[in-house]
Amino acid sequence: MSEYIVELKGVSKRFGDYQALEEIDLTIRNGEFLTLLGPSGCGKTTILRLISGLERPDTGSIYINGQDVTDWPPEHRHLNMVFQSYALFPHMSVFENIAFGLRCKKIPKEEIDGRVEEILRIVKLTKLAERKPSQLSGGQQQRVAIARAVVNRPLVLLLDEPLSALDYNLRKDMQVELKQLQRKLGVTFVFVTHDQEEALSMSDRVAVMNEGKVEQLGSPRDVYEEPVSLYVAEFIGEANIFETKVIRTNKKNIIVNIEGKRFTFKNKRGCKTRQEVNIMVRPEDLAVWRENEIADKASEMDSMLPGKVEQVIYKGSIVELIVRLESNKRLFATEFFNEDDEKLDYQIGEPVWVNWLPGWEVVLPNAN
Amino acid sequence: MQTKSTFKKICVTVIWGWLLIFALVPAALMLITSFLTPDSNDIVSFHLTFDNYTQLFNPAYLRILLQSLYLAFSCTALCLLIGYPFAFIIARSTSKHRSLFLLLVIIPFWTSSLIRTYAIMALIKAKGIINTVLLAIGIVHHPLPMLYTYSAILLGCVYDFLPFMILPLYANIEKLNPELIEAARDLGAGRIRTLCKIILPLTSAGIMAGTLLVFLPAMTMFYIPVLLGGAKNLLLGNLIENQFLAANNWPVGAAISMIITLFMCGMIFFYWRNSLSKDRSNFEELV
Repeated sequence: MSEYIVELKGVSKRFGDYQALEEIDLTIRNGEFLTLLGPSGCGKTTILRLISGLERPDTGSIYINGQDVTDWPPEHRHLNMVFQSYALFPHMSVFENIAFGLRCKKIPKEEIDGRVEEILRIVKLTKLAERKPSQLSGGQQQRVAIARAVVNRPLVLLLDEPLSALDYNLRKDMQVELKQLQRKLGVTFVFVTHDQEEALSMSDRVAVMNEGKVEQLGSPRDVYEEPVSLYVAEFIGEANIFETKVIRTNKKNIIVNIEGKRFTFKNKRGCKTRQEVNIMVRPEDLAVWRENEIADKASEMDSMLPGKVEQVIYKGSIVELIVRLESNKRLFATEFFNEDDEKLDYQIGEPVWVNWLPGWEVVLPNAN
Repeated sequence: MQTKSTFKKICVTVIWGWLLIFALVPAALMLITSFLTPDSNDIVSFHLTFDNYTQLFNPAYLRILLQSLYLAFSCTALCLLIGYPFAFIIARSTSKHRSLFLLLVIIPFWTSSLIRTYAIMALIKAKGIINTVLLAIGIVHHPLPMLYTYSAILLGCVYDFLPFMILPLYANIEKLNPELIEAARDLGAGRIRTLCKIILPLTSAGIMAGTLLVFLPAMTMFYIPVLLGGAKNLLLGNLIENQFLAANNWPVGAAISMIITLFMCGMIFFYWRNSLSKDRSNFEELV
C-alpha cells in the first residue's frame, strides 16, 4: 500500500458556467481523518464526488492506492460514501440496506450474515435490524448509513456532511462515536463539513476551502494558530484583525503601527517595507487589564491599547468581552474564570487596557 | 364560515346527485336488465332468469374474452416498455426541457381520440402517407397492407393510451431521490442491478397506476378495433356494442358488461389494497 491512499493531481470541475473546483492537488494519507472545511459552494462536496466517481473531473487525474482511477465508474473504486441525506433504500430493512453492497460483490450468504451482524453490533443497531429506515430516528438512520458503507471495508470512507441533519447534542455524541469508529477500523475518513468546530475536534488534518481552492491544508492546530490567509483566520474561530502597513523591516523583524503605537513582530513570512499586512490576534490570547492592575505594569504600557468595555457576555466557564478602542475599533476578548479571582467582574463602560504576549499574534501579508 | 359550509354542502350534493343519476342508476338498471329475459318487442320482458350469464360460458365468448385480454395485455406491456424510459428521461431532464416534454405528452389530450384514430388511418392506409412515401423512395413496389391488421389495432391502442401510462409514471419517478441511485452505484451495483433492485421497486406505485389506467379502458375499447381492425377482430367492446345495437339483446349485453365491471372492480380493489399497505407504512413512520 502506498503512503497516499488518494491523490488528486491537477483536478478541476466546472458545472455549466460555474467553476466548482479550480485546478487542485490534494493528497490524502492512508488511515488519516481528513476534513474538507468551507462554506457552501466552496467545492468541498465536489471533491468528495470526484473521489467517489459520481462526477468526472474536467482536467487532471485521480489516483486511489497508487492506481489511476480517473475513468473508473463508482462501483469499481472500492470507496464508500455516506450521503448527507443518508440515501437509505426506503423499501429495504436495515439488514438488507447494509447487506446491499456485499450482495453486489457476490459474497457468500453466510459471510454476508456474519459481517452485517458484526457491524450492527458495532453501531448498536442489532435489535432494529428488521425495521425499515422510515421507522428509525435521525441518529439511528445515520448509523445505518455509516454501517452500510463501512461493512464493505472500503479503502476510504467519504462522508458528506453526515451530521448536519442532527440536533446539537446528538451531533456531539456522533462526533465522538465517528472518531472512535475511525480509530477502531483504521480506515481513511474524508469528511466534509461547514462546521469549523466539528472540523477541529475530529480531524487529523483539515483542508480549508474557499471558492474552489484549498486555502490551507494542515493539522487543526496549524490552521487555527498559524492560518496562512485572512480568509482562513476569519473562517476558523473568532479573530481580531488590525489592518496596517509595514513601516520598516530589518533582518528578522518588522515594525508596524497599530492604533498609534509601534509594535515589533518577527518577520516569519518575508514581509517587505510598505506592504499591507493584517495582524491577527485570537480573543483568548488578548489580556484585558483594569485600571488598578496596570499600576505595576508601567514598562509594558507601550504595547497596551486603551479602550472601554462595551459588552460583557457571561458564559459559565468564560467571560466574553467586547472592548471599544479609542479608534472606535471593536475587539473580542475571552477571559477564563479563576476560582480565587474576582477580577472578571467587569462593568460596562469601564476603562480597560488590552495587550497580548509578543509572538502570539499572526502576521498575514495582504494578498494584493 | 356559514356560507363556506353551505357552499361545500351544495357542491357535494350536486356531485353526489349527478353521480347517482348518471352513474349509479344506469349501472343498477344494467344489473337488473342482465337478469331479465330478452324480448324482441319490448327489449326485455320481466321474467327473472340466469340464462344471460350461463350462456356466456361458451367457447365463442371465451375466445373473445381471451382476445380482449390479449390485446389489453400487449397494449399495456408496450405502453410500459415505451412509457417508462420516456417518463424517466422527462423526470430526470432539466426543468426547461421537462415542461416541453410534458406538453408534448399532454397535447394529444386536447384532440378527440376518435379524430386521432382517423389520423392514424390516414397514415397507414393503402394510399396513406407512409405507403406513398415508401413507394416514392422505391423501398417497396406494392403498398404495404397495414390498415385492418391486428398490428394496426395495437398501434392505435398504444398511441391512444400512452399518456395515461407516462403521466403517473412521471409523477412517481420525479419523487425518486437521485441520491438513492448514486448510493446504489457507490455500493457497487451495476446499472441492471440498480434498475431491478432500486429504481423499479421504488416506482412500483407509478407502474401499478399506469398499468391500471391503460389496461382497464383497453379491455373494452371498441371504436379502435372497428376503425383500424376493420371489425374483423371481435373484442369485448364490440361484442357489447353488437348485443345492444345489432342483436337487440339487451340482457346479454348487460350481463357481459356486469362481468367486466366485476373484473375491473377486482383489479381496482387489488390496487387499492396494495397502496393501502404502503399508506400504512407511511402512517407508521409519522407516529
